[in-house]
Amino acid sequence: MLDYETLRLIWWGLLGVLLIGFAIADGFDLGVASLLPFVAKKDEERRIVINTVGPVWEGNQVWLILAGGATFAAWPSLYAVSFSGFYLAIFLALFGLILRPVGFKFRSKMPSSAWRQTWDILLFFGGVVPSLIFGVAVGNLFLGASFHFDDLLRVIYTGTFWELLTPFPLLCGLLSVTMIVLHGGVYLIAKTNDPIAQRARIIVIISALTAIILFAVGGIACAWQLNGFQYLSAIIGDAPSNPLGKEVVLMKGAWLHNYTLYPWMMIAPALGFSGYIGVIPAVMGRYEKFSFILSAMSIFGIISTVGLSLYPFILPSATHPGHSLTIWDASSSQLTLFIMLLGVIIFLPIVLIYTSWVYRVLRGKVTPEILEENQTNAY
Amino acid sequence: MDLSALELSRLQFGMTALYHFLFVPLTLGLSLIIAIMESVYVMTNKEIWRDMTRFWGILFGINFAMGVATGVPLEFQFGMNWAYYSHYVGDVFGSLLAMEGLIAFFLEATFVGLFFFGWNRLSKLQHLIVTWLVAIGSNLSALWILIANAWMQNPIGSHFNPETMRMEMTSFYDVFFNPVAQSKFVHTVSAGYVTGAIFVMGISAFYMLRGRYMAFAKRSMVVAASFGLASALSVVVLGDESGYTMTEHQKMKIAAIEAMWQTEPAPAGLAIFGWPDVKAQKTYYEIKVPWVLGLIATRSLSQQMPGIQELVRHGKVRIKNGAIAYGALEKLRKNRLDKETWHLFQQHQNDLGYGLLLKKYTAYPQRASIHEIEQAAQDLVPNVFCLFWSFRLMVGFGLYFILFFTIAFILASRDRLEKSRWFQKMAVLSLPFPWIAAELGWIVAEHGRQPWTVDGILPTFLSATDIQASAVWTTFLAFITFYTVLLIVDLKLMIKYIRLGPVKALGPQSFGRVTDAGL
Repeated sequence: MLDYETLRLIWWGLLGVLLIGFAIADGFDLGVASLLPFVAKKDEERRIVINTVGPVWEGNQVWLILAGGATFAAWPSLYAVSFSGFYLAIFLALFGLILRPVGFKFRSKMPSSAWRQTWDILLFFGGVVPSLIFGVAVGNLFLGASFHFDDLLRVIYTGTFWELLTPFPLLCGLLSVTMIVLHGGVYLIAKTNDPIAQRARIIVIISALTAIILFAVGGIACAWQLNGFQYLSAIIGDAPSNPLGKEVVLMKGAWLHNYTLYPWMMIAPALGFSGYIGVIPAVMGRYEKFSFILSAMSIFGIISTVGLSLYPFILPSATHPGHSLTIWDASSSQLTLFIMLLGVIIFLPIVLIYTSWVYRVLRGKVTPEILEENQTNAY
Repeated sequence: MDLSALELSRLQFGMTALYHFLFVPLTLGLSLIIAIMESVYVMTNKEIWRDMTRFWGILFGINFAMGVATGVPLEFQFGMNWAYYSHYVGDVFGSLLAMEGLIAFFLEATFVGLFFFGWNRLSKLQHLIVTWLVAIGSNLSALWILIANAWMQNPIGSHFNPETMRMEMTSFYDVFFNPVAQSKFVHTVSAGYVTGAIFVMGISAFYMLRGRYMAFAKRSMVVAASFGLASALSVVVLGDESGYTMTEHQKMKIAAIEAMWQTEPAPAGLAIFGWPDVKAQKTYYEIKVPWVLGLIATRSLSQQMPGIQELVRHGKVRIKNGAIAYGALEKLRKNRLDKETWHLFQQHQNDLGYGLLLKKYTAYPQRASIHEIEQAAQDLVPNVFCLFWSFRLMVGFGLYFILFFTIAFILASRDRLEKSRWFQKMAVLSLPFPWIAAELGWIVAEHGRQPWTVDGILPTFLSATDIQASAVWTTFLAFITFYTVLLIVDLKLMIKYIRLGPVKALGPQSFGRVTDAGL
């Protein structure tokens, strides 16, 4: 069996991989749903847009389920604190997410335009609301959440829903929505013809510029505005997972310390910026697949930036900094981490193989003719 | 209403789980039935089997979407409403949920899209494989979820770690091969197959009664009859029984199901009717079949089955020991190196969960009064009246399904399905039964697990998040509203497509060849 410290690091990385997997795979589904009212006007156009993601979004959503399950399994305290602490916010995201399965499936089952327009609005919210909330939640990681533990390690959350909505988290929420919309846009460009693709192109270019600005402002806020958390106690990589009894202080600019300590980490924000800088000419030059890859690269870079900046914290506590959750005191047991790692090593490649086969089968643009051919099942 | 956050969280979880469980059994059963139909199509090359696959596939799709939509809230609720549970058992329980996502749900969800969108893009054999992968994925999904659930009923392969204040896995092998999981899995998926079979039976019978799509309906019924008979036998014969005697609390569950207040001399009789009075701890108007319960539950004539009162007395001893373990744990937190306290803790740590039951009545279990211990011991008894009747109704339905499918099978093998109008009516009337039986089964298993979330380890009241009741009210009311609307929409669409029938639903062009088959 691998040693505890290594396993914790691997699982910290895997949590990132799963979240990035979710953002890249299900991100464009969310983005397409968010763009539905803007890129498609007539019912046929909307059906084309919905059918670009129709066959694949269900599998994509499993990235979220798996990220949730893996957090539950590998980082139980993170799962307990974040889901219960952000109770109403998580519920809103959940609500948006569960609108999609029924929305995609049910919309086409009745011809009435009132019926279809209702689902279009619901699908739009189903795309935007979770994207916004996940971003706001990530923003709150930088501020710390209001929680502490009692002797039995029961979490006591003392914050409210409204206090989550401060400027920095809202900035992150906006960035998140922009990233998702952009990602949905590049996907639509690859899967549809004009005029839908043309509308998507304009949206992608605007989103890329917006995202670059928001990401930069976020970095500036971290440097000059926010109090970062600093771990003072000696790190014991194989200590039992108990978040009590360590010393943590708050310091302005501390969220950027890691980049001084480990300059290689600068790669992450660099990828975040360069993907979006590159996506503008790529979209204009009609490099469809390449645009998608660039968008995915930026998602990878930006989410990695979050993880690396927070390191070794995964969920800081604003009210009791010493109770913050870190990589070294919030994981599950060594055996569980090891067995789960075996599971991932064996099954994740299999998942990736069959998923790419499914995409290969479904390759090509969605056209009115294709919808006609599959009248029974197309959405 | 003045409900606490705990009560609301329980109501919310129970409601959303029961709701999710309306769609799961049909997904399990119908996915396999569809896979069987498509296999026949690929083997015989007869178009009617392809159309059967596609038509039942439409109904499957509507149901599947509901299953996906209502499944996600369950995973999220563990963290949202059951934070201490998530912390306390995430190491074991969470890993099983993660495996479910990785191994089963990914498979099912990735291929279900191709099932619908792949008809024109895949070869016949490729599409058949896709269909089977969806069916296998759904069933594997049930396997992992039931392994997780079985661990809540019979938590083996794990131990309590005082330094992290939670349960940690000691043997994945033991958790995976939990005997309760095996019987639960077979029982639950078989119930799903019965649901799928009755669904196909009932709707086909509806067509027959109207004299429409006879060839289509007959073939569908033949598949459902044989599949359903095997499944109905499996639900009842390989039922949940083998798990009951595993732990003290499972003994409590079976005693509660039987409303057996006093220990009876072996072999105990099986009550087929009665009116349990929970206050007086008596069962009135009881009709008992001698010996049967003892035989079923212990597989012997001489082993005694403890009654509720005896189990409460046992429980009291464990609660006292648990209180000692709790006190030792508190001392250890102050001084980890105190060897004597370590020793004391290790002696009693298996009863720690029983000590935690006292937290409902006192902040200091180690100093609990006799009265508080008595109260906690009484909490060990689940809701006898509810279990007694849920179980009997469920078994009644189970036996009815065997009868129903036996008749169906005989009629099918004599080729008399089309003419037996009485049976067609019976099939339509039976449509709601498997859902009622499945929901009752869930109640027996999960309500019967009370007062624990994890049997003997963690009490339900302690598992919940410390949160304001108003927040849970908000989500609870939103769930009720949304789920009600969703159910109406779901039923409306189901009925629409059933009424349309296979020809119109699939589009006349693609159904042309079936008309040749004798419509």
